Amino acid sequence: MSDANYLELSDLTLAYGKTVAVDRLNLTIRRGELIALLGPSGCGKTTTMRAITGLLRPAGGRITLDGRDITYLPANKRQLGLVFQSYALFPHLNVWENVAFGLKLKKLSSSEIEKKVKAGLSMVGLDQFHTRKPAELSGGQQQRVALARSLVMEPKVLLLDEPLSNLDARLRLEMRTELQRVQRESGVTMVFVTHDQDEALALADRIVVMKDGVIEQLGTPEEVYNTPSSRFVADFVGFENIFALEQGKLKTDDGLKPLSGTASPEAAGLAWRPNAVSLGAGQFKGEVRGVAFAGGTREYLIQSPLGAIKAEMDASAPIFQAGSEIAFDLPPERAAILQRM
Amino acid sequence: MSSRIFSYATLSVVLLFLLGPFVIIVAAALSAGETLAFPPQGLSLKWVIKVFEVESFRASFALSMFLAIFGTLAALVLGVPVAYAASRYKLPFGETIRTIVSAPIIVPGIIVGLALLRYLVLPLDVSVGLALFIAHTALILPYAVRVVSASLDNLRSDIEEAAVLLGSSRIATFFRIVLPNIQNGILAAFILGFVTSFNQVPVSLFLSGPGVRTLPIDMIWYMEITYDPSVAALAALLAFLSISIVFLAERFLGFSRYV
Repeated sequence: MSDANYLELSDLTLAYGKTVAVDRLNLTIRRGELIALLGPSGCGKTTTMRAITGLLRPAGGRITLDGRDITYLPANKRQLGLVFQSYALFPHLNVWENVAFGLKLKKLSSSEIEKKVKAGLSMVGLDQFHTRKPAELSGGQQQRVALARSLVMEPKVLLLDEPLSNLDARLRLEMRTELQRVQRESGVTMVFVTHDQDEALALADRIVVMKDGVIEQLGTPEEVYNTPSSRFVADFVGFENIFALEQGKLKTDDGLKPLSGTASPEAAGLAWRPNAVSLGAGQFKGEVRGVAFAGGTREYLIQSPLGAIKAEMDASAPIFQAGSEIAFDLPPERAAILQRM
Repeated sequence: MSSRIFSYATLSVVLLFLLGPFVIIVAAALSAGETLAFPPQGLSLKWVIKVFEVESFRASFALSMFLAIFGTLAALVLGVPVAYAASRYKLPFGETIRTIVSAPIIVPGIIVGLALLRYLVLPLDVSVGLALFIAHTALILPYAVRVVSASLDNLRSDIEEAAVLLGSSRIATFFRIVLPNIQNGILAAFILGFVTSFNQVPVSLFLSGPGVRTLPIDMIWYMEITYDPSVAALAALLAFLSISIVFLAERFLGFSRYV
């Protein structure tokens, strides 16, 4: 038992009836780490989270927490916290009673409960409204209550299901900062599920990108953002121009195209973000189909023999009008090298 | 225009049929005469007072109250778990179970009463009181399941998972989280069951014996012997009792949401 493999999923297989949702997943999480399970809906991220909490019984594999096998430990004995996407506050109890619910089950003394509830609510910034019912709170406030309710239990792992998705843009930023602060202050190991790459990049220490029930890539936000390992991840983190490689050449709608530079031999594909495409000069030709002003930059959609290309240039650079011919290049040194397509 | 007159006419006829008997009974109850008649011969409260003096009315009222209260409670004890299981789990034969549970609504009460008499009371020598209790419980069960199901369907199930993750067992979660949130539905089911049981005639008709009669049956029996307005007075009192229960339930629970 050590801090490096605090929570360990080994060959975890999860199924609903005969449909396999997660297939032999292996994942090791360090104590105090903030992990994001990232992927589109149906990728198995929520299922994985439910299995960790014990709400879903695995079809195979093992889950160990802090050196103890918890695969078949009932959910109410795992000492894990979960903040539901819907918050799942108890509608018949007020804020204070909601947060005190788990502490009362622990049979703590009432003075201790009072102390912890107060500290928990103040940690999430809810020093008022203690006697309000959940229905009388805003979405953001409800989420704070849900967070406090889990935190006061001092869970071994705190899981969060799409923690920011129900909040508006301003609250989202506020809550994101809040979550990071809470994690720093409490040191709790956090695993959160999200379909939003920005959320994962901004919050997590490490990101687990999932697709069809398997891990597609596991890495720090920088690694996932800059060096996606597959076409799926590249697409997910905003590489708009993705091409397979064959015999060191780009495979395009117009046949194999040699590159202006050399590509790494083990690469299966190359991907360029729109801002990595250089416009105005280069070996490829195309027609500007659309131009859109996006604040600091201008976005271009280019129709070329290679296929549709998305490019982005500084807004202060000269404009290429829609309909005009344009030369562009896909510089290999600015491409992300994909190991799998 | 003519269609409008037609709808008003229809409405008036419907109201007449619904409220007319009630008005007649109340009027007959306040009669000063010696026989059940409408229009009443003069006004007096003497038959209302007489109701409370008839020995058999008191006994049958007690029996009806007992059946309505404890029959409904028994139906809830059986029905709430059924409703819970049906709403939270995918049961094998779920549809079949639902049909069986609601059978007492479909099968005519006369048949239920006759069957219980013929195959339970007579051959097995089960007391009439017990048979009545079983019959009323079975009759109320479908209402209990239906009304409680409606409020369970409106309750999110993730709050139960939240409670479990906070350390509560499944059973404790049911009592701490589910019950408090469906208590209005249960109360509504209780009231509906109570009124249904109290007004039950066909089943109870077969299940009566010496000294064991529910109030409605006792009223029929009384009328066959004594044709005085006290039956009308009792009927009026019962109607007012039902109306006030439902009125209070509507006021405090929003009863009509559940039924």
